[in-house]
This record gives sequence, structure tokens and C-alpha cells, in this order.
Amino acid sequence: MSFTFTPENIKTIAKLKTRYPKPQALSLPCLWMAQYQEGFISIDAIDVIAEVTETPAMEIYRVATFYSMFHLQPITKKRVMVCKTLSCKLCGSEEILAHLSKREDVLVEEVECLGSCGSAPVMQIDDLYYEDLTTQKVDAVLEQL
Amino acid sequence: MMRTCQIVSQKFAIEDAHTLSIAQEHGAYDTLAKCQEFTPLEMIQIIKESGLRGKGGGGAPAGAKWALMPQDSEQSSVLVVNCDESEPGTFKDRQIITKDPHLLIEGILLTCYAIKAQDAYVYIRGEYFQFQKVLQRAIDEAEEAGFLKNINITLHRGAGAYICGEKSALLESLEGKRGHPRLKPKQPEPEWYFGQPTLVNNVETIASVPFIIQNGAEAYRAFGTEKSPGTLLFAMSGHVQNPGVYEAEFGVSMMDYINHYGGGIKNGKALKAVIPGGASTGVITAKEAEEVTLDYEALRSMGSALGTGGMIVMDESTCMVSVLKNLLEFYHEESCGQCTPCREGTGWANTLLGKILNKRGSSADINQLLEIADTMNGKTICVFAPAVSSVIVSFLTGFRDEFEVMV
Ligand SMILES: Cc1cc2nc3c(=O)[nH]c(=O)nc-3n(C[C@H](O)[C@H](O)[C@H](O)COP(=O)(O)O)c2cc1C
Ligand code: SF4
Ligand code: FES
Repeated sequence: MSFTFTPENIKTIAKLKTRYPKPQALSLPCLWMAQYQEGFISIDAIDVIAEVTETPAMEIYRVATFYSMFHLQPITKKRVMVCKTLSCKLCGSEEILAHLSKREDVLVEEVECLGSCGSAPVMQIDDLYYEDLTTQKVDAVLEQL
Repeated sequence: MMRTCQIVSQKFAIEDAHTLSIAQEHGAYDTLAKCQEFTPLEMIQIIKESGLRGKGGGGAPAGAKWALMPQDSEQSSVLVVNCDESEPGTFKDRQIITKDPHLLIEGILLTCYAIKAQDAYVYIRGEYFQFQKVLQRAIDEAEEAGFLKNINITLHRGAGAYICGEKSALLESLEGKRGHPRLKPKQPEPEWYFGQPTLVNNVETIASVPFIIQNGAEAYRAFGTEKSPGTLLFAMSGHVQNPGVYEAEFGVSMMDYINHYGGGIKNGKALKAVIPGGASTGVITAKEAEEVTLDYEALRSMGSALGTGGMIVMDESTCMVSVLKNLLEFYHEESCGQCTPCREGTGWANTLLGKILNKRGSSADINQLLEIADTMNGKTICVFAPAVSSVIVSFLTGFRDEFEVMV
């Protein structure tokens, strides 16, 4: 179960190295690339990133665990991230969450403010936001996946 | 009385203004020639005279910060633009990077000229990847058109950590580390990125620079108040008819703003409270909201702060205990954990509020909340904990009766 970056990512890494004063700065970009490649960040990927960034593997691990968007375990179901912070709560996120809790085909996660407070309630799936949610809209979005 | 002001939102309503050709039809990059009339030091002087204040929440004078940057150092200077935008109630910077990204790029080029920087980084919260792509396309277009000959603009994606909006935590994160705020120096000095002198400014601050260079400091000062000059992309969310981001000048009445742009309170209900500038500013009552104007000084005099200008509006049906509980969940989740009063205080206050909300609390718990707030104030590495402290105090000052009936 070894890890290697795709040729395209290796090119990106080489380009990014010219953009930053030190290779350590590439730890977040590399963690992102690894996560897109494999769906999660494996221990093998951490070892490779440690080499690329010339940083101890333990430090990369510490970084990966600090940020909530990185996950170190494979995720088997579709993740649906629903904002639970104040503006969304005032605009009905609890109803959205209650509605979603009935579904077993998705992994519902409550997350903090997504910066969409003016179009609350909001959820994120993969890299996209779905705003001004109603329970009907949630169903329609999940239908399309 | 509500004067229309379009300093950063001038192209927001223009279709496809995010593309270079449309943006240029409306004047994008015109200031690049104009700025050659000035030396870098003269540029900094203009920004100082304009009174431009940082729009990331603190309101620090931008000119004074720029002036801290060395003009003749061996090491090259760095510009870092803060697009972490994670303060609950705040969603203004995303408008700039998606509706008028070339305005930000133009501002970056002007700022780099003034502080003699060759490298600029824009740190963007990880969730904004869909918006980051729009900004990246604009950068690519600007590069192809030859605007970025001397300057590298690199977008750096965060990965979900509110605290990375704090400038020194952001720089740690940009160095590839955990986002832990650094201890503040005793004297004013630049920030440091891998030992290079660094300026950190918010997206909207940098996007205000082209207007000032084009029209002069006085033109900027024609908006706003003496001490809070210019405009801000204020925003409204929560119980308001038309939530959204609308640029206005500092000093307008809060209720005029909410009624004029927001169409008043949703469903004809009465107003109960407003959190004026993102979740780390103290709540004010409806009565205070009637009196206050939207500038740094007026909100400070009410014991709150202008913050990011992202107002969270709450109507008469809102339970203030559950609002504070919601905020404490956020703070507890987002404390970086370096300082004991912050790490433990947010957790404990959250637990106590849960108890009160479940009708299992006592009046001793209310006093305990205030004690926790006191411990969190002023004994930590960054201002996150003092901000949480002032928020707790503001709820217990303005709405204590709601807590008391629950215990
Ligand atoms: C906990 C915390 C979170 C912050 N989050 C942000 C943010 O998301 N965006 C931002 O521009 N500034 C944020 N700031 C303010 C920055 O530390 C910094 O003052 C600002 O980016 C400087 O730019 P300005 O002077 O142009 O506002 C935050 C500060 C603190 C203490
Ligand atoms: S006050 Fe809180 S967020 Fe700031 S450094 Fe200390 S623990 Fe981290
Ligand atoms: S509170 Fe949900 S997006 Fe801001």
C-alpha cells in the first residue's frame, strides 16, 4: 500500500516549490493533493509528503490532524456537511438536520459557519455549496448525486 | 440619507465583471500607470492620509502598518492577503473574489509596489475552493495579459480552522504548520513569514486601494466619519427580510441600514438583538441598535465592536440562551487549544450553558459563567479568548433575565 503522487501532481509540486521560500510551506498543498488522489490521507502519503517538504513525518501528521477538512480514514458514504452556526440556526438548519437524519445513504456532519450566512441554511457536498435550503431542495440535490 | 457608495462594489452588478475584458472595460488596472507618478513612500503616505482602516475585523490603520515595512532591506518583503473569512456572520470577501477578482489583483499589485514586495499570497479558507477557482482564473488571465511580470500571486488553500484567520496563525499555516497564533511583539513591527518582513491585510482592505490611488485620499475621506473614513461591505443575516452584502459608508444608522437594504425584520416581527460585526463582537439590544451608528467609535462606546460589519439580526422570538450556547459550541470547537483559559474556559462555559438550557442550571451557574469570562480576559496568546469573554458578558448584561428564568 505504498503512495506516490501522480505525474501531474509531481509537476504541480515542482512549480509550487519555486513559489515558496521553504519546502515546508508545501505541507497543506501536498495534503490536499494526497486527499484528492486517495479520498483520504494515508500514513504512506504522510511519509511521502514528509520527504517532499523536508519535514519530519510526525510534524506532517500533527498538521494533518489539526485541520478539520483533512481526514485520515477512508470515507465510504457521501459526506453532507450542514452548517450549524448561528445565522443558519436562526434560518432553520435544525429542520434540515432533522430531515437529513432520516437518511442512511449519506454521512451527515454538522460543521461551523461556511461563510454563506446571507443564504442560510446551507450545506456543502464535495467542494460545492447548496444555499437557501428547504427540505425539498435537500432531497432534490441528493437525488442528483 | 442612505448615500449609495461603490468603492469596492462598483462592478458587483455588472455581468461577467470577473473576466478581464469586461473588468477592463470598466477601468480595471488603470491605476497601474497612475501609480508610477508616485514613489513607494508617497503611496504609503496617500494610504495614511486616506485614513483607510483594516477591514478584517480589527480596524487598524492600514497606512501605519504599511509604513512598518522596511523600504531598503536585503530580504524581500511579502504581502499576505487574508481571505480566511470564517467569522460567523461574515461573507463579504467572497463577493470580491467572485464578482470582481481583478479589483483585488489590482490592489495587490499597488500594495506590492508600495511595500516593495515580489511575492503575494492569498490565504483562502478551504471551504471556498469553488470561489478560489474564480480568483485563480482571473490571476491566470492577468498573467497572460502581462500584468504580473514582476509579481507572483500564489493562492494558498486553508483546510478548516477558524483560528487561521488570526494573522500570526495564518502565517504559521502558510509556513506549513498548525495554525497556532504567535506571541505578540512588544513594539510595533512587521509580521514575519519565514523570517521575511510581511504585511497581512484583509481582502477588502486591499481591494479599497485602487479607488484611493485613482481618486486620492480626500475622495476616500468624503465617505464615512472623521475617525472611520470610507466604506465597508456591511452584511446582514438572520431574521432580516433581504439578507446580503451591501456597501455603505461608516457612520450611517444601524436601523436605517437594516431597513433600507435589509427590508426590515422578517415576517413583520419586532427586533430583539443584533450581533453587530461577526460572532466575536458583543450582542446589543434592540434599543441600543436604534441608537447606534455603524462606525468603530459608536459600537465601542456601547461596549461592543464593529468587527467585520457582518450583522446577525435576531427577532423577538429568539431564545438568547440558546444563541449563546450556539456561539460557545463554535468557540469551543475552534479554540486552538494553546492557552489553558481559552481551551478549558470555552468547554466549561459550553457545558454550563447546556445545563441552563436543559433547565438543570442554577443561579450559581450564571455567576460561574461570568467568572469564566473573567479568567479568559487578557491572559492568552491571542485575542480570541478575550473576545469570547466579552461576548459572554454582553449576553449576561443585555439579556440576564432570560438566563434567570431558566434556572
Ligand atoms: C480569532 C481571529 C480570527 C480572525 N479572522 C480573520 C479573518 O477571517 N479574516 C481577516 O481578514 N482577518 C481576520 N482576523 C484579523 C487578522 O488577525 C488581521 O488583523 C487582519 O487580517 C489584518 O488585516 P486588516 O488590517 O486589513 O484588517 C482575525 C483575528 C482573530 C483574533
Ligand atoms: S486564546 Fe485561544 S485561540 Fe488564541 S492562542 Fe490561546 S488557545 Fe489559541
Ligand atoms: S452561519 Fe451558516 S454559513 Fe454562516
